[in-house]
Amino acid sequence: MSVKLPMFEKTAPENVQNSQLRRNLGKVTGAIRVKRARVVDEMPDWEALRDAGYALKTKVLRNLDTYLLELEASVTRVGGKVHWAQTAEEANKIVTDLVKGHGATEVIKVKSMTTEETRLNDALAASGIKAIETDLAELIIKLANEESSHILVPAIHKNRSEIRELFIRTLGEPDLTDEPADLAGAARRYLRKKFLTVPVGISGANFAVAETGTIAVVESEGNGRMCTTLPKVLITMMGIEKIIPTWQDFEVFMQTLPRSSTAERMNPYNSFWTGVHEADGPQEFHLVLVDNGRTEVLKDEIGRQTLNCIRCSACLNVCPVYERTGGHAYHSVYPGPIGAILTPQLKGIENASSLPYASSLCGACYEVCPVKINIPEVLVHLRGRAVTHKKEHGSFQDKLNPEFIGMQASAKVFANQSRYESAQKMARMGQGIVVKNGYINSLPGYLSGWTAMRDMKALPKESFRDWWRKREGKK
Amino acid sequence: MKVSLFLTCYHDTLFPEALKATVTVLERLGHTVDVPMQQTCCGQMHFNTGYQIECMPLLDNMLAAFDSAEVVVSPSASCVGMMREYYPYLAEQHGNHEQAQRVESLNAKTFELSEFLVNKLGIEDVGAYYPHRVTFHPTCHSTRMLKIGDAPLKLLRKVRGIDLVELGAKEECCGFGGTFSIKNADTSMAMLSSKIKNIMNTGAEICTAADTSCLMHIGGGLHRLRTGIKTLHLAEILASTEEHAHVS
Repeated sequence: MSVKLPMFEKTAPENVQNSQLRRNLGKVTGAIRVKRARVVDEMPDWEALRDAGYALKTKVLRNLDTYLLELEASVTRVGGKVHWAQTAEEANKIVTDLVKGHGATEVIKVKSMTTEETRLNDALAASGIKAIETDLAELIIKLANEESSHILVPAIHKNRSEIRELFIRTLGEPDLTDEPADLAGAARRYLRKKFLTVPVGISGANFAVAETGTIAVVESEGNGRMCTTLPKVLITMMGIEKIIPTWQDFEVFMQTLPRSSTAERMNPYNSFWTGVHEADGPQEFHLVLVDNGRTEVLKDEIGRQTLNCIRCSACLNVCPVYERTGGHAYHSVYPGPIGAILTPQLKGIENASSLPYASSLCGACYEVCPVKINIPEVLVHLRGRAVTHKKEHGSFQDKLNPEFIGMQASAKVFANQSRYESAQKMARMGQGIVVKNGYINSLPGYLSGWTAMRDMKALPKESFRDWWRKREGKK
Repeated sequence: MKVSLFLTCYHDTLFPEALKATVTVLERLGHTVDVPMQQTCCGQMHFNTGYQIECMPLLDNMLAAFDSAEVVVSPSASCVGMMREYYPYLAEQHGNHEQAQRVESLNAKTFELSEFLVNKLGIEDVGAYYPHRVTFHPTCHSTRMLKIGDAPLKLLRKVRGIDLVELGAKEECCGFGGTFSIKNADTSMAMLSSKIKNIMNTGAEICTAADTSCLMHIGGGLHRLRTGIKTLHLAEILASTEEHAHVS
């Protein structure tokens, strides 16, 4: 069951006013934009790689049924066990039962968006199992008991002095400075103990190769690899769209993903595992394939391109809206432009109807997307679905909304030349009382959103078409 | 060439000077301008706000207005963008095959002004004179949707007397986004404040662009803050000559 998310436009203003957040985000996104542009510009075939990424993902989505069965067969062949989950609840139950079956009370985790989406940690906690996040930023968020605000850099909204205070409080490290090496050292001392003792590791997947049954995770710290190699049992939870057909397809994504996400030519740690191997690594491997709304997304021929996403977060880093509101304003596991199109589709447009409007449609996201998701197109498509839903199922209050009435009425006026020209005249006559020195600085109702912050030039005495008629008459 | 002018409703109603300037430039270059009076609004605002079924009568009206035109030119990149990017979507999602075909032929002959002058006609010097310090904002729809590139800059560089200064972080959106500026006014304004900071840093008197809608937003902020900086559509600079200097 999905819950209605708070409206973006209601919660964004509070975040826009947060000076620490604005400073942190402006600094980090600004720096990563420059770095990304540098490593992308050095690629002569970047556009061809984007096209190839789009083509591969489209092929997978069109033939998902076949590829999923192929993946299941491959993983089974190499000694893994495949589980199918239609919902988040089902996926969480499968994982919880597996962990309980091994009598574990703690699990160590590789940073994973899918387990965030299903809220796996909460489900584990409800069964008395503690999930320990090992990605440094994810660990910070969980210790602070907060929600992530970025797909790749979940603690992007925090600066190092805030992290120092957090570690002093939660890790029992009273003598910390705010030097990055010192902070990383504290996390390392805490995590090392866990890596060596906890029997179950949980990961997500960046890719799963249908042909070989190989799972791939890319990361920067090496903590992920600790989780996928040291425990006795490894459980991977992945969305069904993460498949690539063959090993060779890495040639595209291993070039585009690191450049788009961390602005690196290659990720520091690229881990690939194919089933289980005697006396080497986990002796038990489980793959949980999660739908959780994805097949619904696949039904929509415009919306389905959203499933191309490889979670690089380049769209967040270039988004001028995200830069100013931060991730929390979206109230969604997936924030930023990709969140604005993915969350309403996964949770239902009625539950996240404000998210497709959290964009000025500037198109910077589409320009950087390594799998060519036309985000502005999906945004306006979802706005259309939001309005249709309002028309069909909206409350009385929804239907009295000035925008709802105004848009439908003005479209009728504009559809006809004489009605349009009458409206021009009426607007010109009606503006008399609000014009001061050729400008309007206060408008009522819906339009007050404009004049709260900007002036508006008054309507001129004559429209262009009036001027043109006069000119043509004189000829 | 006989050029049919695609007015766009907000230019026609709120900013006729940009259209008059477009007429001046086109006629100076020897073209005949025609204004099909049946045209009203392309539906961009409705479409982008989600009222897409409502756009269908507007689309039909635009198709009828320009069916017989030889070439269609507009000083609004975003309205041309609406036509080029989303009329095919509308015809496909809510219309029929015949509409889709008419949209295709309309798009084959429709151009934004600088795109028409530079890319189609190969003209950069339109004989303009404008002795002011000017900065140019490349609007999102003109660069990312229409991909007109530096066509406006090529025109501006040939203007005599102009002191053209580059805008910092120029590709960044001004925060307008149509009804976004009203619905998400705080976020929109936070974006505009960065744009205004960058404009002020240039020391320019005038900020110009190929889109009046963005200029309305930028100009509204510049005026509220009494910066003394004005916005002016590209066409108005191009229309200005030594004999008929544009007075701002």
